[in-house]
Formats: sequence, C-alpha cells, structure tokens
Amino acid sequence: MTITAKHIETAAYEIMKKAAIDIPDDYLTGIEAMADTESGDLSAFVLSAMLDNYRAATEDRRPMCADTGLPRYYVKVGDKARMDSMVALEAALRKATADATHDVPLRPNRVHPLWRTEHNNNLGINSPEVEWSFEPDADWIDITTVHKGGLFGTDYRMLFPGDGIDGIKRFLLDTLIAFGKRGLACQPAIVGIGIGGSKDTCMQLGKQAACLRVVGDRNPDPEIAKLEHEFKELGNSIGMGAMGFVGSSMVVDCHIEVGYTHTGGMPVSVHTFCLSSRRATARIHSDGTITYRTDPKWFTPYMRREGIS
Amino acid sequence: MTTAPTRKTHHLTIPVKASDIAMLKPGDIVYLEGVVYTAREGVYDRVLEKQQPLPVSGQSGSDLFDISNVNFHCSPAAAILDDGSYKIGGVTATASFRFSKWMERWLDLTNTKIVIGKGGMPKEDYTNILAPRGAVYLTTVGYGTGALLGRGVTSVKDVFWLDDLGIAQAMWMFNVKAFGPFIVDSDIAGNSLFAEHNAAIAENISALYDGLKPPALSRYGETDNRKDEVM
Repeated sequence: MTITAKHIETAAYEIMKKAAIDIPDDYLTGIEAMADTESGDLSAFVLSAMLDNYRAATEDRRPMCADTGLPRYYVKVGDKARMDSMVALEAALRKATADATHDVPLRPNRVHPLWRTEHNNNLGINSPEVEWSFEPDADWIDITTVHKGGLFGTDYRMLFPGDGIDGIKRFLLDTLIAFGKRGLACQPAIVGIGIGGSKDTCMQLGKQAACLRVVGDRNPDPEIAKLEHEFKELGNSIGMGAMGFVGSSMVVDCHIEVGYTHTGGMPVSVHTFCLSSRRATARIHSDGTITYRTDPKWFTPYMRREGIS
Repeated sequence: MTTAPTRKTHHLTIPVKASDIAMLKPGDIVYLEGVVYTAREGVYDRVLEKQQPLPVSGQSGSDLFDISNVNFHCSPAAAILDDGSYKIGGVTATASFRFSKWMERWLDLTNTKIVIGKGGMPKEDYTNILAPRGAVYLTTVGYGTGALLGRGVTSVKDVFWLDDLGIAQAMWMFNVKAFGPFIVDSDIAGNSLFAEHNAAIAENISALYDGLKPPALSRYGETDNRKDEVM
C-alpha cells in the first residue's frame, strides 16, 4: 500500500502539537532526578518551577515555552516504503507547519535574515529544514520534529589531533561556562557533541546528538560511551546550575556522535538542547496507520554506517 | 520529588507603588496582577529612534503608562483567530541585554518601574539607570515557564502595531493575574543576583582547567584580540 501526502500531513501536524506541549518522558525523568540532588537553593527553585510548567502545559494544551524555536523535520524512509510523491511529502510538512503555527499556536519565529520580513507561519526560504535518511528492511516512514531555540549554547571549534580529549574538555567547559552564565543556554540541557567529519557534518552530528537521542541512551562504542559519562560529570562539576545560579544541574545527559575526518584535524561542535527539549516522532505505517512516540530512534546501526561495506 | 525551598514571595498589584518596589530583594519571588505591556527591539526602534508617538489605550485614549508601569521583554506564542480575537498560548521572556542601550530613554519616557526579561542586564545598568529611577529588574524562571505565564494572562487588553511589526515584535498589553513566578534580580540599591552568583561561580572556574594541556593552536573564540596570530 502507498503512503499518501494526507497521512504525512496528519502525522506532521500532530507531532508539531505534541512537541510544543508535552515534555518527553526521558527528559522529564532526568530533570526530576536532578531536582532531587540539586543543593543550590535557587537552582532547585527553578527546576521545581519547570516541573510545574510541564504539568501546566499538558493540562492546558499550551506550549511549554513561548519561544517555540525553529520547527524542523527529520524524515527516515524505510527502504520498502512507498510514497507516490516525495515532493508532495515536503509540501505536506510545510502545510502542517503553517497550520500548527496558527492552531497551537506556535510563535512565528521565522523571518528573513536580512530584511526581517515574515509570513507569520514559520515558513520561508529554506525553512523549515527537512533532513532525510533511509532504513533498510522497513516499510514505514518516521517523521520527527524538533523545536529548538537557536540563539545561545552552540559553538564550533577546529581542534587538532594533538589537542586530544583535553582539547574537547577545554572547549566544552568554555562553551558551557560562557553560555551557562545567566542561564542563556537554558540549562540543564542535553548536550550533543559532534566530533569529526567536515565542518558542516560536525555541526550536524552534534545537533542530531543533542536533539535526536534520549536521556540515558549511550553510544554503541564503549569508549565513547565512557566519554559521554565523563563529559556529563565534568559539566555538572562547574558549580553552575539552572539559570546560571550556584548549583550542579548543568547537563542532563551528554551524547557524542563521530564521523571520519581529515587526518590533520579534529573538528568539534557543542550543542545544548534546552529546559524545554521538544521533540516528537510519528511512524506512518504502510497501511496508513500512525503511531506516536518521543524517541526518534534516528541513530540506527545503518545510520551510523558502522560497518565498512 | 523534592519540594523547592520556600522563598520570600510578593504578590503585587500594577501599577506597582514605590513602597512595593522598595521591599523587593534579590532572590525574592514575585507574582503580578494588573496590566503588563511588552516591548522589544521593534518597539524601541519605532518610538526612540524613529520618534513615532506612543500609542494610547482604549476609547478614552488614556496614556497606557498610567495603566502599566511593568515592561515585559517578551513575545508571545499567539495567534489571531478568525473572529479577530487573540489566542495566547505560551508566554516567555527574551534576552534583555540586547535592549540595554534603550532602557535609559525608555524609563524616562514611560516611568516604568519594573522590567521583566530573560538573563538580566549588566550590573552597571542597574547602578546607573534602573536604581536611580526607582526601578528594578525581575527575571522569568528557567526561561521556559511559558505555560505557567500563559495561564497568568487572562486576556489581551490591547495590541499595537501588529500589522507593521508582526506578532513577535508588536506591543501587547496583557491583563494578568497570579502572573509569575519571577525572581528579583536587581533591587533599588542596584544589587544584582546574577552578578553575585557569577562571582561565586567564577572562583572555581580556573581549577576546572587545571591539568588540561594547552591548545595546539590558539584561535579566535579563545581570544578576542584581533592583533593576535592564531599560530
């Protein structure tokens, strides 16, 4: 059976609402655990208010944060899925974005970068972004939306092989401290670190690591998994908590993604996904039924190309 | 689940009185009732740079700053419904430091006494601009309590320049009730909660880098001296 543009539009509209309103369970559990251990008074107050806020959002069906970010999509197409038109799929995502912006409502954040003109619907040139991937032996299409603010908490640096792990730690500390002050990064955050690739893939990997992996998930390489844990502990040892107040709640979890890179370099990117970590995924099955979840399951073994074939 | 520590909490009615403001200390919690207005770069540019007149509120044409002396650095997640009414979903602040250059003229023009936003402003602004005018700064909490603040907005009293500036930049006047929580950053003595916490955290920062080897290449991002070489 063929998946239609109407199925896509229905699913995309629904995940736009879910992402804006319902905090994912993995992130909620992570924040609850941090609230239990936070010793800084003000930082603890902030976490408690955030937990109240998640409840209010779900009860009232209103966005958990008014800065509903730059809504965007990640599409994973099963190799056996059949869709009559991929252009129609992208058109459906655009329509769902505009409709959800009006109906939820989302803040129409998207403006022209130079002229600041807008259409009040989060659509525009190259917006929203749609990233594509494929999955073998599957007949479904997964669509994930991420609503992430975009002003603070992300940085890129070209390191070199000689910098080693120390260089990454230095860069991570620089970024967390600089953007953590006054809480501009809206921490505690899921921190995504991209290592390697070319500069653009490095940024992309870090962003996807922050936004498309759930709290508690570990990289399949046990050495990288150890680094994820070590970097999380490092961030939480800065002495800074929520809103940059004295405390320990900086990093809910740390995810690292790597890509083979130029022999002379080690590009690194750091991304922070905020206190309103908004993501939602829909799976459109081959018979047109739709199921919803909060784990994008983006990084599959095929996605990482773990083998060499 | 941990219960948050109890903090001194104030429930203030807008327009806020000088005696109310005087009670606020850094770290206190505030909830507001009355009318708050929003203003971000679009509004400051229009009024202060382009010298366009301030809007008036209601059919009586009253000066809106007699109604509200609370400036919220905010743009709501809002929509205009088919019947012309407004739906306000989430309400969150935007980073205030970007508006610092306008605050002195704005406070003089409008007699605003409470500024609410994200992240505070430099301590010098509190000392030199807000405190001498009897004004204080409140920060929103966690920067994401959009649903709690959205609940606190009972209705839209007015919106100005919506067509010209768009939903995000327009000047909104919200009727609010139990609107909060906000944390007091600056008091009328010009103290800053953020500055105090930054200073406390800064004491430990250099120790975090102890034992890490120096970078292979110094580079922009680690220095802002443009005369330095990156090698």
